[in-house]
Amino acid sequence: MTSRFVETWVYLARSPLLWLALTVSVYAAAEALYRRLGRHPLVHPVLTSVIVLATVLTASGTPYSSYFEGAQFVHFLLGPAIVALAVPLHRELHREQAMAVPLTVALLAGSVTAIVTAVATARFAGASRETLLSLAPKSATAPVAMGIAERLGGLPSLTASLVVITGVLGAVIGPALLRRLRISDPAAAGFALGVASHGLGTARAFELGETAGAFAGLGMGLNAVATALLVPALMRLLLS
Amino acid sequence: MLRGLAVLLVFQLAGEVLTHLFALPLPGPVVGMVLLLLALELRLPGRDGLHAASGGLLAFLSLLFVPAGVGIVRHAPRLVAESLALMASLVLSTAATLAVTGWIAARLLRRSSAPGGRA
Repeated sequence: MTSRFVETWVYLARSPLLWLALTVSVYAAAEALYRRLGRHPLVHPVLTSVIVLATVLTASGTPYSSYFEGAQFVHFLLGPAIVALAVPLHRELHREQAMAVPLTVALLAGSVTAIVTAVATARFAGASRETLLSLAPKSATAPVAMGIAERLGGLPSLTASLVVITGVLGAVIGPALLRRLRISDPAAAGFALGVASHGLGTARAFELGETAGAFAGLGMGLNAVATALLVPALMRLLLS
Repeated sequence: MLRGLAVLLVFQLAGEVLTHLFALPLPGPVVGMVLLLLALELRLPGRDGLHAASGGLLAFLSLLFVPAGVGIVRHAPRLVAESLALMASLVLSTAATLAVTGWIAARLLRRSSAPGGRA
């Protein structure tokens, strides 16, 4: 009987279905918990899901590549989801035309702040060069950040982890920090969440309201462009 | 819903094609988002079901980051060895970016909308 279990496990652990089912159901449970606890930042569903799944992989000795064979179906939907951000953006665009200059200034200041403070702090604290190159684009959305890191000679997969941590951090501390700074305009608050914490900040902004979410999507999209253009130039200054 | 999903995928595909053809420093989906925004602004046909598909995907936006997040298991040794530098850097940088972006945006938006009040 035990060998039957082992055999079934060996079969399932190699099939994409197990890891796809586990990813979606762990997340569904994590989100239920998040709602139950009144959306408390410390039980952010991405945070709890990643901890549970990483523990399962480590405990069962499953390599990430086997896990990703199943999870890639979820990961793939990031592409169409980013395209889908055009829809709420379109709904807000009649307001944004008058806001073009304020938002561009805020974007450039925010994007430079994100790159310079991250790299300078980590360098001061003794991080390796490879880590610094992987860290620089961390506020951009995952696919963009990974592409930038790769071109610079960083580790794209390390960048993916740092991007997700940045996203969770922004979602966790963002709304409280913005409240404390008395930034109550949903457009400004949402835009800041999108620029600092890409899609996870955007998802959190949608919980604050449709306007905040739309501006977060705009901030995320614009910061993807700004980061791609700014990181190579700034890294030359920061690493010299 | 299905038509909406097809529209999203076709725009993503168009974005990928453009990034590769012109060697743009941007990922395909971001270019696809810009193209779809243009199409919506120009009121091109084919938008049926787009609201359902985009609403459905965006409701689960956080879930889509979980597979990349689990990738942390591959970097556990480096993350532990450099944990102090990385956590200090990420916390400080995320807070500073939120504060700088939010503060400037709130300040300038208030000024630009001050005369006639905000619509």
